[in-house]
Amino acid sequence: MEIPYTISTRPDTGLWNAKVGIWLFLASEVMLFGGLFSAYIFLRLDAAPGTWPHGLLNVPVGTMNTAILILSSVTVVLAWASLKMRRYRAYWWYMLATILCGVIFLTVKLAYEWPQKFEHFGAYIKPEALGKYEKYLGNQRRTEKGLEPRIEITGHLHSQNAKEYEVALDPVNAEPDNPAMDRPHFFPLPVTDKIANIEKEDVLRATMFLPTHNTYFASYFTITGLHGMHVLGGVLVFIYMWLPVSKKLYQRNPEHLANRVEVSGLFWHFVDLIWIFVFPLFYLL
Amino acid sequence: MSLKAFHIVFIIFSTLLALGTAAWCVWVDLVEGAPIYLAGAIASFVVAIALMVYGFWFYRKMKRLRIIT
Repeated sequence: MEIPYTISTRPDTGLWNAKVGIWLFLASEVMLFGGLFSAYIFLRLDAAPGTWPHGLLNVPVGTMNTAILILSSVTVVLAWASLKMRRYRAYWWYMLATILCGVIFLTVKLAYEWPQKFEHFGAYIKPEALGKYEKYLGNQRRTEKGLEPRIEITGHLHSQNAKEYEVALDPVNAEPDNPAMDRPHFFPLPVTDKIANIEKEDVLRATMFLPTHNTYFASYFTITGLHGMHVLGGVLVFIYMWLPVSKKLYQRNPEHLANRVEVSGLFWHFVDLIWIFVFPLFYLL
Repeated sequence: MSLKAFHIVFIIFSTLLALGTAAWCVWVDLVEGAPIYLAGAIASFVVAIALMVYGFWFYRKMKRLRIIT
């Protein structure tokens, strides 16, 4: 049975069916991501002093990923335009470029950015024990300068036993009184050789930088994870439309393939647009 | 909305992001005094201009090819 209105427009909507469908779907996506962004903003606004981390993400890598996604939007629209002009070869190459951009984005996210976080460790110190770790926190000076207190010691977890954690400190805790450490560093600084021993009884909560570590990482992994799943979905659809099966459809009905590419291109643009908001929210602000 | 129109909207948002990133780099340079961020600001500004040029090129090309859906 022939599916109706894949190329011709429906008289009542003035659109072919898939276009109505994709916009309805994108409307539901706006509500999904809109809710998550709203939650992020309110959680951040309501965060207690010293609990919301800054400058933990790698801005140059995030910028590169943003550029890759913008480039992929250009290539997908050029793929669609090539089909409209009945240039299948050009379509094939542009689609390949789009797929590669999506794969590079996901690889950077899953093989570099996320694992870097999973290897990092943070221990929140109990309020009554903050003084004991003053040499790693520098709160006396921060209070004098009117800055938010530090309540967390971070770095690489060397080892732990029943009583304490042994942590190779991040520069912010290795040199807490250095004024340069009052600001976030957007180029990541390497972990120092300085080791701190933190007693477990002084620790409120200590984990690797996982979604359970704090609200910031819960939001970060939820939103970037959901976005990554959308990128993966888009890449899979593009791979299907890049495979020889698409050539058969093109030979039978090129306009039908062009419409399929347009609909998936709309989805891809939406996913990229979400990233245009994710990047400044998480990486820059 | 067609892919063509959505692409133009997307390019406008990307241009705004590039301009915002340029402003952010200038701000970080003022706070940190790190010249590398000034280079980042210039690069972001150049990208913003490139995106604007591309947006106009794309619009004119689509109009010329009469790809209107």
